[in-house]
Amino acid sequence: MSDMKIMVGVKRVIDYNVRVQVKSDGSGVVTDGVKMSINPFDEIALEEALRLKEAGKAAEVIAVSVGPSQAQEQLRTALAMGADRGILVTTAEQPQPLAVAKIFAALYAKEQPGLVILGKQAIDDDAGQVPQMLAGLLDVAQATNASKVELEGESARVTREIDTGIEVIEIRLPAVLSVDLRLNEPRYVKLPDIMKAKKKPIETIDAQALGVERLTFLRVIKTSTPPARQGGHKVGSVEELVQELKQRGFV
Amino acid sequence: MARVLVFGELGSKGLNSGVAKAVRCAMDLQPAALDVLCLVADESQEGIKQAARLQGVTKVLVRIHDAFAEPLAAVMGNALVEMAGDYTHILAANTTVGRDILPRVAARLGVQQISDIMRVESERVFDRPTYAGNAITTVEAPEGMVVVATVRTASYRAVPEEGDAVVEAQPFNVSPPSHTRFVERREAKGERPDLQTARKVVSGGRAVGSSENFQIIANLADRLGAAVGASRAAVDAGYAPNELQVGQTGKIIAPDLYVAIGISGAIQHLAGIKDAGTIVAINKDGEAPIFEIADLGLEGDLFKVIPELEKLLP
Ligand SMILES: Cc1cc2nc3c(=O)[nH]c(=O)nc-3n(C[C@H](O)[C@H](O)[C@H](O)COP(=O)(O)OP(=O)(O)OC[C@H]3O[C@@H](n4cnc5c(N)ncnc54)[C@H](O)[C@@H]3O)c2cc1C
Repeated sequence: MSDMKIMVGVKRVIDYNVRVQVKSDGSGVVTDGVKMSINPFDEIALEEALRLKEAGKAAEVIAVSVGPSQAQEQLRTALAMGADRGILVTTAEQPQPLAVAKIFAALYAKEQPGLVILGKQAIDDDAGQVPQMLAGLLDVAQATNASKVELEGESARVTREIDTGIEVIEIRLPAVLSVDLRLNEPRYVKLPDIMKAKKKPIETIDAQALGVERLTFLRVIKTSTPPARQGGHKVGSVEELVQELKQRGFV
Repeated sequence: MARVLVFGELGSKGLNSGVAKAVRCAMDLQPAALDVLCLVADESQEGIKQAARLQGVTKVLVRIHDAFAEPLAAVMGNALVEMAGDYTHILAANTTVGRDILPRVAARLGVQQISDIMRVESERVFDRPTYAGNAITTVEAPEGMVVVATVRTASYRAVPEEGDAVVEAQPFNVSPPSHTRFVERREAKGERPDLQTARKVVSGGRAVGSSENFQIIANLADRLGAAVGASRAAVDAGYAPNELQVGQTGKIIAPDLYVAIGISGAIQHLAGIKDAGTIVAINKDGEAPIFEIADLGLEGDLFKVIPELEKLLP
């Protein structure tokens, strides 16, 4: 059995079912009383790591969350899904992707994982940067938007979703993967697993202790609501629809 | 004054359509120089000439090395890092290639990337969408650092091909890393318009029910001269290939006409069509959220509506 460690990212975000509202003073979005969850892509990343471990291709899965102390909750969920231990990196403010990548790079140096598996984007800031940044900082291989991962010893064959179809690349470990929606379907957490997860360790470290002082680089001036689309009207029949399309010059 | 380098992405169909849009975004910076960088293994590519015709482009820099045959982020990223010194801004269209390469470049340059610019307010202040486009965040990049950014192509019209820029080609020295190897690419070939640039798009959702049935959507698209799109549910179920997914995590498009058939209108799907001109929804559930934003809604069963529609189309 391989003794490889896999590190996965678990970001705390507003649940994907919530209709996000911008605060009236433009300082951000409403989070009070709003349901928070693991970023859906990160669940897929974790699921992949767990499957690799179950297949005997990895020995340990470490879930890492960077953010507020409440991200403990998401780490607990990750542990209940099957991660072996958690690391919570606390930050005084919401870190931007470059800072998160530097934090992961510092943890990488400590833990020496063979693979870091992250979501292709977080559904809050939709930036899609951390995996590629981390690979750049570490100067290792990256495979983004993975929809299939075949790990064989020290290398992996990764199928990627791209704009024009599918691409396959081969990478040598250590490497950073970012995962796409169709890689797998994450498992549901069962009650006994939640109980078991309570005994698993979560280590808390401050970003500064990892040598990452600077958390933001861009100044966020304001957050605003985009202009809403005005809905139109319903038509009563297919004839009417064709009439409308003709009037608008589409047919 | 801004000096902008735009990544000149090339593919099997020549210059990527996003490049002309990224150039439009670059023009908003009122740059003193606007160069397009094409990294190629073979300098006879048609896409290079196309880049030179883009209005507003000062120079097309062609850099040649065998390792540039495929757009591997580690290889192309290193080349961009080396070219960065002469520029105040480095832009790429937010394609899967641009999004793969640029953050790597930003990290190596020690700067925070700006993803998906949708509006340029000034040389350093930009709007970008967050939360599936339900919020817009205005950010300012720090002085004295190169701005590395991707451009949300749905927010920009392509510049016309009326220019005649200088093309400067030379070999480039890179030592390609041994950790990554390209194996293969499988692209759909077809005569249909490209989803990213099509003026009309017809999309099918979960309700279509099978990949055989998806042909109904494709046939209607053909009748309208439209590209074909799909919801995530339709792609997950295998009715349509992944490159047809429209939405927050698929393609973000801005056609003049978007026809959503058997698609409920989840936030994540709507994120992909916010900039569409006219949205038509066909859905048998009168309460489906898609009707809230559709310009024209038709309540009905798609399997009845589409054959009728085809009969009535001129
Ligand atoms: C992280 C994340 C990212 C996502 N990214 C995307 C994305 O990029 N793009 C995307 O599309 N989704 C995305 N989703 C999924 C999204 O939340 C929805 O699940 C998905 O869009 C639903 O697809 P649908 O509308 O086809 O299916 P459904 O929501 O199941 O809707 C089917 C619709 O068809 C109608 N219908 C049924 N039968 C008929 C009939 N015979 N005739 C007419 N109408 C009929 C129903 O009334 C219903 O409204 C994402 C989700 C997550 C969590």
